[in-house]
Amino acid sequence: MQQITGAEIVVRCLQDEGVEYVFGYPGGAVLNIYDEIFKQDKFKHVLVRHEQGAAHAADGYSRSSNKTGVCLVTSGPGVTNAVTGIATAYLDSIPMVVLTGQVPTHAIGQDAFQECDTVGITRPCVKHNFLVKDVRDLATTIKKAFYLAQTGRPGPVLVDIPKDVTQAKTEYNYPKTVSLRSYNPVTKGHAGQIKKAVQLLLDAKRPMIYSGGGVILNNASSQLTRLVRLLGFPCTNTLMGLGAFPGTDPQFTGMPGMHGTYETNMAMQNCDVLIAIGARFDDRVIGNPEHFSRADRKIIHIDIDPSSISKRVRVDVPIVGYVADVLDEILRIIESSPQRPDPAALKAWWAEIKEWQRKDCLRYDRKSELIKPQYVIEKLYEVTGGDAIITSDVGQHQMWAAQYYKFDKPRRWINSGGLGTMGFGLPSAMGAFLANPGSTVACVTGEASIQMCIQELSTCKQYHLPIKLVNLNNRYMGMVRQWQEFFYGNRYAESYMNALPDFAKLAEAYGHVGVRIDKPGDVEGALREAFALKDRLVFLDFITDQTENVFPMVPGGKGLTEMILAEEL
Amino acid sequence: MRHILSILVENEAGALSRISGLFSARGYNIESLTVAPTEDPTMSRMTIVTSGSEDVIEQITKQLNKLVEVVKVIDLTEGNHIERELMLVKVRAAGKDREEMKRLADIFRGRILDVTDKSYTVELTGTCSKLDAFLQAIEPGTILETVRTGASGIGRGERILRV
Repeated sequence: MQQITGAEIVVRCLQDEGVEYVFGYPGGAVLNIYDEIFKQDKFKHVLVRHEQGAAHAADGYSRSSNKTGVCLVTSGPGVTNAVTGIATAYLDSIPMVVLTGQVPTHAIGQDAFQECDTVGITRPCVKHNFLVKDVRDLATTIKKAFYLAQTGRPGPVLVDIPKDVTQAKTEYNYPKTVSLRSYNPVTKGHAGQIKKAVQLLLDAKRPMIYSGGGVILNNASSQLTRLVRLLGFPCTNTLMGLGAFPGTDPQFTGMPGMHGTYETNMAMQNCDVLIAIGARFDDRVIGNPEHFSRADRKIIHIDIDPSSISKRVRVDVPIVGYVADVLDEILRIIESSPQRPDPAALKAWWAEIKEWQRKDCLRYDRKSELIKPQYVIEKLYEVTGGDAIITSDVGQHQMWAAQYYKFDKPRRWINSGGLGTMGFGLPSAMGAFLANPGSTVACVTGEASIQMCIQELSTCKQYHLPIKLVNLNNRYMGMVRQWQEFFYGNRYAESYMNALPDFAKLAEAYGHVGVRIDKPGDVEGALREAFALKDRLVFLDFITDQTENVFPMVPGGKGLTEMILAEEL
Repeated sequence: MRHILSILVENEAGALSRISGLFSARGYNIESLTVAPTEDPTMSRMTIVTSGSEDVIEQITKQLNKLVEVVKVIDLTEGNHIERELMLVKVRAAGKDREEMKRLADIFRGRILDVTDKSYTVELTGTCSKLDAFLQAIEPGTILETVRTGASGIGRGERILRV
């Protein structure tokens, strides 16, 4: 059989894996691989402007498509720049394969030029990582990386490839399947536990369905929707789960947690049966765990990761398995059962929830002469017909986008929920557009976040990515400012964004369209014009009310029902 | 509560740091950790002595199982088991102390491996608490040096940890 180099093997593996796009940045240790990429046209390479962007773009590609994102960076600073993006994917369980160059094997440990201990540095923020020291292990290792990234609880897997391994030759044989004796995730839920869960659901008087990112990752949105409608229960989707159950459905009560709706947080606390589906009782979702656990309710928890179960909150019925399979089984049992939840109890429970809804916790001042950020999101929703892929950065704008854009479908809301990475929005939008060519992609951002990866405007120019940037510019790191206002006596330490660029001109300098909007009356028109420009990136710089805060708010460490509402200030 | 975890792990570079890294990253205790290859050279067996509430031990076990290179984990303290640790201790043994030190070593079934006119080097095997008891029984000033392996453990009877 013909012998080929390690670099050719890398490229062949990616081709055989059906990879469409590799997001990357070349450098010394990966030059052999780039030379092979140059010679082929089966997959496309997207040259980012900073390795953080490569990881985020691969991540956004994956989140919006359910395919595995791939990025390729060089040794040393290439890797360390990508670490933020890898950790972002890890915290949100995004399947991603990261290929990194390494100095030649004989130079490892010699403090060689652009050497770093990649496997050591990334160990705590990947699902698994490998250092390939022998070219004969290369193809199998890459196969293992894709397998690990996609199965069980997904996550980023890194393969570190020394330069001499990319030069060495061997026969190429890409395994069709791979198995590891030490890796056998439990995927099918325990039948007895599922029965118990069904009985609890059918006997519930004040039930609540709490669904998270796991439902989206496992493509279980249709099962979830069927279950919610079959039972007639209220349903909340976490920040990571938005779109799994339609945001416009009357059974949807809004997001839970620190900036969740009043009615959802009250229902989470006051229900008698809570079913958590692919959610992990995050501190931003349940507030103080001790306060959360004080409520007298039964908890069912479905998750692929046993270590997510009873980690922060003790649960009564744990079910380990793929949520799609477990929900299929739950649906099958309920559908064949004559019993249905008590309609009178359910009616009374809904009446209680409707009472909470009357608080109208998301209302804001619609008569303001300043642009209200919530208004921009509402108009964005209208103008895009609720059908865009929305990425976001991190902070107030992220929460407003999550609260006011109603996501009816999964994989339309792309944000860094776990790590909370500023700079995520623009590069992830690039990946999302490439995964969904022709679709409408908007990045909701702020003047602070956007500057963390703004160099990717150049990538957008090169690859003609007509993303719409919705910049909610309040001249502050808004969420930091909000905390300083509430908890630090209005001492706005270093949160004012001084010396801001003229974003419209900056966008133009990169070859895009830039518009500055400072009157509420111009918001809708500007959005309509921008989205009508199908083939151009438009940077919409909305000058918004500096004093606006995100409500409701559960202060850190407080109980879920100890919310601050807008009118209380 | 003290727990002894026995772990079968792929004998690969980096497996140890994944496990020790997990303990430090999540703030779990390690009282001792020993590791060596098994009769199957592709696999190592590790014994970790740790402590924590039942919830913490449950999380440690789950987190260990989640590591890709970990093949199996059991908590030996959940059932009957044998625990042994080896200690080498160099003690001052001169003049009137010399006889007494020999007697104490005999009582604890220690073996004297090396002798000079001023010192003994004693080998002791037993549970961790037995080794502690020996160190407490002798005059603290007479201890020149100690080295301990940390506990190794194995289930009693039919309780077997293998693939």
